[in-house]
Amino acid sequence: MALIKKKKKAETPPLSTASLPDIVFMLLFFFMVTTTMREVTLLVKLKKPQATEIQKLERKDLTTYIYVGAPKNAELGSEPRIQLADQLASVGDVQQWVILQRESINEAERTKFTVSIKADVDAKMGLISDIKQELRKAQSLKLSYSANPAASAEELYKAY
Amino acid sequence: MASKKRAVPEINAGSMADIAFLLLIFFLVTTTMDVDKGLLVKLPPWTEEKSEEQDIKEKNIFVVLVNAQDQLLIESEYATLEDVRRLTKEFIDNNGDGTCEDCRGLRDPASSDNPGKAVISLQNDRGTSYNTFVKVRNELLGAYTELRNELATRKYGRDYESLSEGDKEEVNAVYPQFISEAEPVQVGG
Repeated sequence: MALIKKKKKAETPPLSTASLPDIVFMLLFFFMVTTTMREVTLLVKLKKPQATEIQKLERKDLTTYIYVGAPKNAELGSEPRIQLADQLASVGDVQQWVILQRESINEAERTKFTVSIKADVDAKMGLISDIKQELRKAQSLKLSYSANPAASAEELYKAY
Repeated sequence: MASKKRAVPEINAGSMADIAFLLLIFFLVTTTMDVDKGLLVKLPPWTEEKSEEQDIKEKNIFVVLVNAQDQLLIESEYATLEDVRRLTKEFIDNNGDGTCEDCRGLRDPASSDNPGKAVISLQNDRGTSYNTFVKVRNELLGAYTELRNELATRKYGRDYESLSEGDKEEVNAVYPQFISEAEPVQVGG
């Protein structure tokens, strides 16, 4: 049969790489869109607590973060400290700073302004309460206790 | 003059993938896809003077106390973290005066009148660890979530989260959330 007789050397055609840039560009755009640059360098040790009833903070631009934890720099002691933006601060600075942050956002959306406290598990409530008082003085009443999602409530009891 | 039309040489696109890869790797490294999640809380407005005594009946207040050793005292009795959710639910859902038609509580006259009047007061010491505080806060929120979920299932046969905004508000009206975080005191330790 003529068809079978046509036995040429079976050469695998070279793989076309013409679409490779397209694929890479697709990935590139995905990451460009989803990326958020790290805004601050953490100066404090931060291990967030776990919780189950957490809600997502929808608008990052309307959220301000306050970090609380023991300083990474051992020379500053092991007592938990407050970090605002890129520097360690004291409780007295919180009010002024939060007001400034709120001023910087669009007036129409200022009511949605939220402060997220990212505190270490080992922080004491004394310091957190002081921050809460300062937030109340600054009339910034929406607050979020930042936490990592826990698989189940039972998991939380175990660690207690 | 030899004005022959010169053919424009084609640009080699072979290195395009390399450039794109370079950019891709840069964005891969710098990207952080952490979404911030947390327990959303509303603080009471600041008042200079000591907050005025509000007229709330003793039985309508559910006191959860956490001391500096992270031990729990609920309504003057020792408790563990496992108990918080159950006790809180019983308290909110109690419906002592029978005005809440959707409640399934025990109707204990010594506990709260109805969910609209029930207030949960979380008190902690300055020495309480943040970890414990968040866990207790989580349980209190969880109690409300569970009650709302149960009601949504009874009324609409669906989860609370899947309800429409209007239906959610209806459920919220039955179980409004009143959790107060008291200013910390030196409870001891």
